[in-house]
Amino acid sequence: MPYFGSEETVKELKRALSNPNIQSDRLRYRNYIFRVIRSMTQGLDVSALFMEMVKASATVDIVQKKLVYLYMCTYASLKPDLVLLAINTLRKDCADPNPMVRGLALRNMCNLRMPGITEYIQQPIMTGLRDKAPYVRRVAVLGCAKMQRLQTLTEIDATIVNELYGMLRDPDPVVMVNCLRALEEILQAEGGVVINKPIAHHLLNRLKDLDSWAQSEVLTFLLRYRPRSEDELFDILSLLDGFLQSGHTPVLAATLRLFLQLAAEHPAVQVDALVRARGPLLNACGAQSRELRFAGLCHVQKILKSQPGQYGAHYKRFFCSYSEPSYIKFRKIEILVELVNDENVGLVLEELRGYCTDVSLELAQAAIAAIGRIGRMYSEKCLDILTGLLGLKQEHITSAVVQTFRDLTWHCPQSTVLVCRAVEGCEETIQDAEGKQALLWLLGVHGGKINSAPYVLEGYINGLKSEMSSAVKVELLTAAVQLFLVRPAEMQDMLGRLLQYCIEEESDMCVRDRAILSYRLLQCGVAETRRVIQGPESDPSMGVIIGRPEEPVSNWVSTFNTLTPLCGRVTSPEPTTSGCTNHTTQNVVADPLAGTSEETEVYTPEDKQGVIGMSLGPTLLHEDFERLWLELKLSLRENLGFPGPRSSPETLQAALQLVKMQTLAFSRADTLPWKAYIYTHCSGTLVLAELLQPTAEPESDGMVLSIKQKPEDRQVLQEFVAVLKTVLQTLIKGTS
Amino acid sequence: MISQVFILTTSGDHLIYKDFRGEAGVDAIRTFYEAVTALSGDQPPVVMVGLGVQSHKGMHFVHVKQGGLYWAASTKSNPSPFTVIEFLNRLAALTKDYCGSLSEKSVRMNFALIYELLDEMVDYGYIQTTSTDMLKNFIQTETMSSKPFSLFELGNVGLFGAETQQSKVAPSAATSRPLMFTRGDQGGNEIFVDVIERLSVIIGSNGVVMKADIEGEIRVKCYLPGCSEMRIGLNEELSIGKSQLRGYGMAVRMDECSFHQAVKLDEFDAYRILKICPSQGEQTVMQYQLCDDLPCAPPFRLFPTVERDIGNRLLIYLKLRCDLSPKSVALNVSVTLPIPKGSVSLSQELSSPDQSAELQSKNKALQWDIPRFPGGAQLSALFKLEVPGLSSASLQEVGPVSLCFELPKHTCTGLQVRFLRLTPTQPGSSQRWVRYVTHSDSYTIRI
Repeated sequence: MPYFGSEETVKELKRALSNPNIQSDRLRYRNYIFRVIRSMTQGLDVSALFMEMVKASATVDIVQKKLVYLYMCTYASLKPDLVLLAINTLRKDCADPNPMVRGLALRNMCNLRMPGITEYIQQPIMTGLRDKAPYVRRVAVLGCAKMQRLQTLTEIDATIVNELYGMLRDPDPVVMVNCLRALEEILQAEGGVVINKPIAHHLLNRLKDLDSWAQSEVLTFLLRYRPRSEDELFDILSLLDGFLQSGHTPVLAATLRLFLQLAAEHPAVQVDALVRARGPLLNACGAQSRELRFAGLCHVQKILKSQPGQYGAHYKRFFCSYSEPSYIKFRKIEILVELVNDENVGLVLEELRGYCTDVSLELAQAAIAAIGRIGRMYSEKCLDILTGLLGLKQEHITSAVVQTFRDLTWHCPQSTVLVCRAVEGCEETIQDAEGKQALLWLLGVHGGKINSAPYVLEGYINGLKSEMSSAVKVELLTAAVQLFLVRPAEMQDMLGRLLQYCIEEESDMCVRDRAILSYRLLQCGVAETRRVIQGPESDPSMGVIIGRPEEPVSNWVSTFNTLTPLCGRVTSPEPTTSGCTNHTTQNVVADPLAGTSEETEVYTPEDKQGVIGMSLGPTLLHEDFERLWLELKLSLRENLGFPGPRSSPETLQAALQLVKMQTLAFSRADTLPWKAYIYTHCSGTLVLAELLQPTAEPESDGMVLSIKQKPEDRQVLQEFVAVLKTVLQTLIKGTS
Repeated sequence: MISQVFILTTSGDHLIYKDFRGEAGVDAIRTFYEAVTALSGDQPPVVMVGLGVQSHKGMHFVHVKQGGLYWAASTKSNPSPFTVIEFLNRLAALTKDYCGSLSEKSVRMNFALIYELLDEMVDYGYIQTTSTDMLKNFIQTETMSSKPFSLFELGNVGLFGAETQQSKVAPSAATSRPLMFTRGDQGGNEIFVDVIERLSVIIGSNGVVMKADIEGEIRVKCYLPGCSEMRIGLNEELSIGKSQLRGYGMAVRMDECSFHQAVKLDEFDAYRILKICPSQGEQTVMQYQLCDDLPCAPPFRLFPTVERDIGNRLLIYLKLRCDLSPKSVALNVSVTLPIPKGSVSLSQELSSPDQSAELQSKNKALQWDIPRFPGGAQLSALFKLEVPGLSSASLQEVGPVSLCFELPKHTCTGLQVRFLRLTPTQPGSSQRWVRYVTHSDSYTIRI
């Protein structure tokens, strides 16, 4: 930041530094140099003093030298002509008998980032590479990388590259690691340093001599090595085994990633490595340094995606401590939701219940949302807690609970009855727009089961003039129309008033248009309105799924031990609800509109994942599936020639998910004819499939597979059929 | 790799700024500072900024907060977060070693030294070395200390309970002294071995201990200029892991432990002796955990009664018992109790004048401070709260109680240092100090 009066300061310093009296007094001279550096740090432009500072570099005082070099490196690019004056001193220092002076001079000479410096530094670097002091060699090796960066256009100097590869055998461990780093930078265009078998084994053998920083870096370099054979792989893994227990977290994390990546084909080894690293990782999650704690938590969260069971017994380690900053607490709450199981659910909920009354509103809301997420699996216990919270009559708590209720009824229809009972009387406490929207949604969709629903809506309609949020008004319109379809007698009058007000007096165009839309819709008749307005009351795809499918390790391992897991989303108070809100409103309220917009999204090419580039997303809604199924021609019908697997449909669903096929719906296991609908996205096309088991005797007849595809692609179709057959046959083998 | 390292005060002043790779300018600091202070409260250690600003595109800032300062590193690649965070922690620890304490003032006064440190620690964004033994050969600047140090300053009473046994216990301020002071002859002959435990406990409303974790460490702070080997003898009956049992009866147990790289463990299995050649400065020699199994009773028990009085008054009667042995004492005990949101005033009856209590309207909590709490004692306090519009639901807002305290000369695991031997024996009077302290990391009692 520019300081006022900075010119004065610079002038004064200039005068002092060129004063011969001060120059002769070592301490005073040094003090002025201190002041220059201090001003520089504070952001003052002191480049005008360059000349004086260059003079000051010719000294035997090492402290002073270091400071002057720091100054010169900062301003070199501004005063390239003056730098040349200092080069001589620097080159002379490079031949000093003291290795510390040699290293210092060489390092700073390479740090002078200005064009044309290369011709001066090349010779000293080459001499430095052969210096007998490891300190100088370290500096010289990195100097090669710096030099390469300064002359990006010229070709890579093969002699330097060879020299550096040779120096990987240097007795000094830091020199060795610096060689790797320098080669990585110099050869960046060619894909970085090559780790072949001899180099890999050399590095592995020297791992023990390195300090922990270098260890973790070398382990990262080793990621690019692929062992030639199983034997070699297991040799390497056993060499690395000890590092999995390292107390130094960077080393631990780097080793774990290397393990997971090397053992990509051996899931059992991966699981074993994760188990062994669990203790040290848990310690990182409880480390004294909050930042380290956070990094640990973020990585545990990744692991939980594949191994949710592994940390279940350690749930207490993820309880929040009151002194922790909120970003840690939010992560811990997310983790608690993920590791909940039959044994710990009671205690986890009790702990989360404690957070709901926290001083921090965001934390309280996050805790309530978390209870709601757990409620999808353990609905009864969670509903009890959430209903109890309503009794507190606290604005923010009630609002968060009602939002959670909305999501819960959507994902878990069996909770609807209890929610409808609990939600009565909440309207007085809710003040914020988010909460009101959630309440209105509940009243609209489940109004038939809530006795007081019309009266609550009436209250909102009467208070419409003072309502600020247009989102609430839109939601109110939808809810009123929906409830009108269910309870016309009570609603007719107030719906009329609402529409009239919104069409005639409302200034917000969005609200007005919605009101006009509703009005015209109602003009088309009740049956038509019902057809358009009423959607499913709960997420149809969720009904039968219990628990999350486990994600394969390979999905996240490439970002393990990088910054990516830590930046994710920044502490959002309600990670779950916001996503769901979109989903629900789109589906129910703006259904006809949503259809068209989704359609365009569906066919965008997806990132190639899965077996033949199949991928799950974007999610297809039931209605869209139905519409497409009716629209499209049959591409293929085939009798598979074998009966359906006798395992439960849920197993089938999980199995298909692994090969990136999404099961949209299926009949219960014992019904006949048994049907299942499947879809997947695959290299730009959308494949829809129906599995049908027509007759009662499964032995006599095989399943019939019908496929529709948009746009057509025979090759993809054949691959899809092949993958599907494999999955089904595997399942049949597994169950018989 | 690290692109820049900088140290900022909370108000955004630059204390240290070093650019290693020339990938971004000084203005990156401002971008970082704006991102970190944009929202209230502490921000997560990794922030990504500059999506809009072309020059900082894809730049990540990793920061830690220590001593009230931001220690930040910027990077354009995607390095291991653990490495960068640990590096910044190490930088802060080294600064503390060299400057004595960690504060804006000490960093300001010793900026030249910190630049020197950074210069040797990192080259071109790559960490070169962080070991004190290596660095001390290169660091030439002398530490500026704000005041001359005196070991037995009477004002420094506290953490380690100096007031009770002046002659045997070193005051806690003894280690907040710069390392480089030992260049001179001012008796740089001490070595401190601290056993520090952090306790996190949750006690349910029925008095059952629901969670009790101890995280401990043995920290050595060495001022000896040259020390070839130190042997630290721990309790012989120390057992590690769930299954192992040693000795009879009162075994000291821990679930897991890990050691510093430099610790030699050849005598650990048989005699529980750690051998280490300590380098100057502070290092953590051993870390250990004990989960869900306190060897002793939890140090504090609370017996709360919350009642509704006539009108809008809430009566809270707290009885707090310290279950330590009568010889021990707890210091700076602070009890925080969340109370109903609408509380307006508080009247209190405390049992002694040195205690104090106040209503923190910002946190809607009640804080009760007890500077000194002897073991075996029981203190009680009565609070009357005026809460307009008190309802039965408001009672649910009371609690859970959280406690903060320090227990000097006490370890909850019972870990002891039996002996401390230096070989070869130091000439002159080398002083060896062993100190114990337990902190509350999180001590929660539900109501």
